[in-house]
Amino acid sequence: MTLNEWIFVGLFLMAGWMLPVVPLLLGYWLAPRRPNPVKKQIYECGVQTVGSAWVQFRAQYYVFALVFVAFDVELVFLFPWALAYNKLGLFALFEMAVFILLLVVALVYTWRKGALEWS
Amino acid sequence: MTDTLVDIGLSHDLAVLIAKLVGVFVVATCGLLWTLFGIWLERKVSGRLQDRLGPNRVGPFGLFQTLADTIKILLKEDLVPDGADRWLFNLAPVLSTFSVLLLWVVIPFSAGWIGTDLSIGVLYLLAAGSLGMVATLMAGWGSNNKYALLGAFRAVAQLISYEVPMVLAMLVPVLMTGSMSLQAIVEGQYIAYGLAIPLTVFIFLASSLAEIGRAPFDLLEAESELVAGFHIEYSGMKFGLFYVAEFLHAFTVGVLATVLFLGGWRIPFVSAQDTPALLGFGSLLIKSLLVYLVIMWVRTTLPRVRIDQILEFNWKFLVPLSLANLLVVALLWKIVPDTDQIASVNDALLPTLVLLTANILLIVVTSLILRERGRRERAHIAALYGPVDGAADAAPAGVGD
Repeated sequence: MTLNEWIFVGLFLMAGWMLPVVPLLLGYWLAPRRPNPVKKQIYECGVQTVGSAWVQFRAQYYVFALVFVAFDVELVFLFPWALAYNKLGLFALFEMAVFILLLVVALVYTWRKGALEWS
Repeated sequence: MTDTLVDIGLSHDLAVLIAKLVGVFVVATCGLLWTLFGIWLERKVSGRLQDRLGPNRVGPFGLFQTLADTIKILLKEDLVPDGADRWLFNLAPVLSTFSVLLLWVVIPFSAGWIGTDLSIGVLYLLAAGSLGMVATLMAGWGSNNKYALLGAFRAVAQLISYEVPMVLAMLVPVLMTGSMSLQAIVEGQYIAYGLAIPLTVFIFLASSLAEIGRAPFDLLEAESELVAGFHIEYSGMKFGLFYVAEFLHAFTVGVLATVLFLGGWRIPFVSAQDTPALLGFGSLLIKSLLVYLVIMWVRTTLPRVRIDQILEFNWKFLVPLSLANLLVVALLWKIVPDTDQIASVNDALLPTLVLLTANILLIVVTSLILRERGRRERAHIAALYGPVDGAADAAPAGVGD
């Protein structure tokens, strides 16, 4: 009955999004709509906006994203290990310890390189 | 319910389908209705914590305040700013609320009271939870507003960073149970895991607070810096949906902490088979509200941290700590005999005590390291700028690195 488990999720995906949409529709019918150029201005504490908001921004965020990707891939490997841990021998622990140690080395390297500093 | 439908002449498959569909609407509607009460509770409790009265005008104890707010917000004009990406702008609030509702699919409310008991429940939680992050990004990018974009940038950095320790913390109950099904995790807690692994509970709560962007980690919507962050351009019901999503997510974290670490719907000293469904639900609700109270307490007492502090706290403290924590638990789980066949409170007693001792040791070691680091930091600052107030125990200037 593995598929049956997922029917509920599938139905939820198909029907569940309607619930947040219902209040939006209610608001659409009930609320007034009288837009004018001043109202539609982009809010910037009353100052006229200069240029587009869609600009290139500091690369610092990108570095954190890269570190995250490395760790997230590691986490994917940890899940099956944790799941089968009770059935595995002591060797599994050492294997995973080596794996995690390798990642710690990477973390220490990024740390020493100063990639985790916010300058 | 399926049986009744079969009785009136429907085929079995169709009956199952209809029963599930009803279940979908029950779960989703209850989730949304619960927010009506929950937002009132949150405002009242944080009011009392800050020595205010909280809402007290509409209805007894201000109970209908949220209802009044909902009606008001429904009648507010909905504005779309110039140059906004309409699709992203309008989809973001829906996705934000929906992603939280999705989490409720696999939460076991009581014995048998569960949307669906997925065998990969914990993994599903992570996948569904990440959708909320996408919604935040969509809102920030789609608004064509600089504050919103800054908020979204911060959100990405913060949310992805804190996902690492959160997942590492969620791995520990998976490891101890040997299953990712949430119902199995609840049934496996003859003694609540939280008693054995308090450090993991701390890591989970701290990183979850950052995941839901709540004070002291609410940088993505920091009022004093970004005005309102990613939802600055939203008005009317679209803003309301963001608000609902934020509340519901915080409460869901309380429920998740209960399910993973506090025994879920189990009542202490009562076996899982003997727990009546309704009492089990009550037990889950009480525990979740207690965890939620802690979340509110943290929110009302701690000041907001800076963006560099928030990322340092994660990468230099939480991630190494949660890795060490995972390895320690894994090691002890192998050393202590018979941990793979726990079937009663007595079986669970020895591993719990051993893990608790190890956790206390780990906490002591961590605090010692932190104290040493703090001392060096203060000495460093003193060497640069002269002695700091309250740094009497710091090493003499020039000794630190």
